[in-house]
Amino acid sequence: MDPRPSVIDRRLSKIKKIIAVASGKGGVGKSLVASTLALNLSNKGYKVGLLDLDLYGPSSHVILGIDDFSFPEEEKGILPHRIDDVNFMSIVYFTEDKPAPLRGMDITNIIIELLSITQWGELDYLIIDMPPGIGDETLDVIKLVKKSEFLVVTTPSKVSMGAVEKLLTILQELNLPVIGVIENMKMNDSDYIDNVVSKKGLTYLNSIYFDHALEESIGSLGKLLKSDFMKNLDKIVKKIV
Amino acid sequence: MHEWALAESILVAAVDAANKEGMKKIKEINIGIGELQQISMDAFEFALDELINQLDEKLKEVKIRIKTEKSNLICNNCGHEWPFDELKKKINEDEGEAIHFIPEVAFVHSRCPECKSPDFEISKGRGVSILSIKGEK
Repeated sequence: MDPRPSVIDRRLSKIKKIIAVASGKGGVGKSLVASTLALNLSNKGYKVGLLDLDLYGPSSHVILGIDDFSFPEEEKGILPHRIDDVNFMSIVYFTEDKPAPLRGMDITNIIIELLSITQWGELDYLIIDMPPGIGDETLDVIKLVKKSEFLVVTTPSKVSMGAVEKLLTILQELNLPVIGVIENMKMNDSDYIDNVVSKKGLTYLNSIYFDHALEESIGSLGKLLKSDFMKNLDKIVKKIV
Repeated sequence: MHEWALAESILVAAVDAANKEGMKKIKEINIGIGELQQISMDAFEFALDELINQLDEKLKEVKIRIKTEKSNLICNNCGHEWPFDELKKKINEDEGEAIHFIPEVAFVHSRCPECKSPDFEISKGRGVSILSIKGEK
């Protein structure tokens, strides 16, 4: 018998709200939304944690400009690193950012291990940067992190929305709370995404317009906080806090 | 020491299982420890002793037995099998420490000694498990 899942609820018990930032498709800006959401909330004075569960392609550390991959401190488990005021945990502290060739069972084991040994303490928000799709990580988070609420990211593309709709359908089927859908990288005034989301009875939160200067802000917390992307995201944050 | 968190998971899981079975007392917990996780036995046993007194009355008379298990790795590509002792020779101290925290990062820091594939599996001796629980109803 694997004892580790039994302790996960205790590890998360002092967290008021857990937001899993998810998408059916990769490359839609999920990690960027998760990382900047954590920064934004922390900047507003909330106690925030950020957990990168994209184990194949972790990227929150790149967005936050982290290049110190030293092991987390140990105190009755492991303590998240402090990045600015955000409590951050990622597989990169154990992989030194090397490639991680993992099969499904290994993914599940890593998620269980991280959730059972990380001591988050008291938080207002834990933001989880989810990998794309409805595979192992998503199913594991649904099973193990029972308080999760889903914030779903898409781009304006029909290709991306096609996959995102499948994720939304599964979340609705399982009766899981969906905070809403963010349309990222918007370039025109089409209301296609808004219509699809509304037809499903879900909340279209807002759009984030394509920010041509954003790439220069990656890795710099100061620049990210001042970016147009953040200004658009801030309107969404005000709707959901 | 992150052994504390693992020890806590064992006792919480045992109490949960005892509650489910309607047990009033837990008399014995048999724990399996896989070699790959390189648990510090002193830290683990210290945590168990401390937690037994803190967690639940049901644990007051519990006897803990720990059985360690050698690790074995099997390559999914060529079928080669090798033990942890062999893996250990080809990793540095930090890589070993990383495997101590998360055993699956063995796939990141190590390769099959025969065909160099990263696609292998841990067939035995990964980490902590509960082998059996005995109690009184």
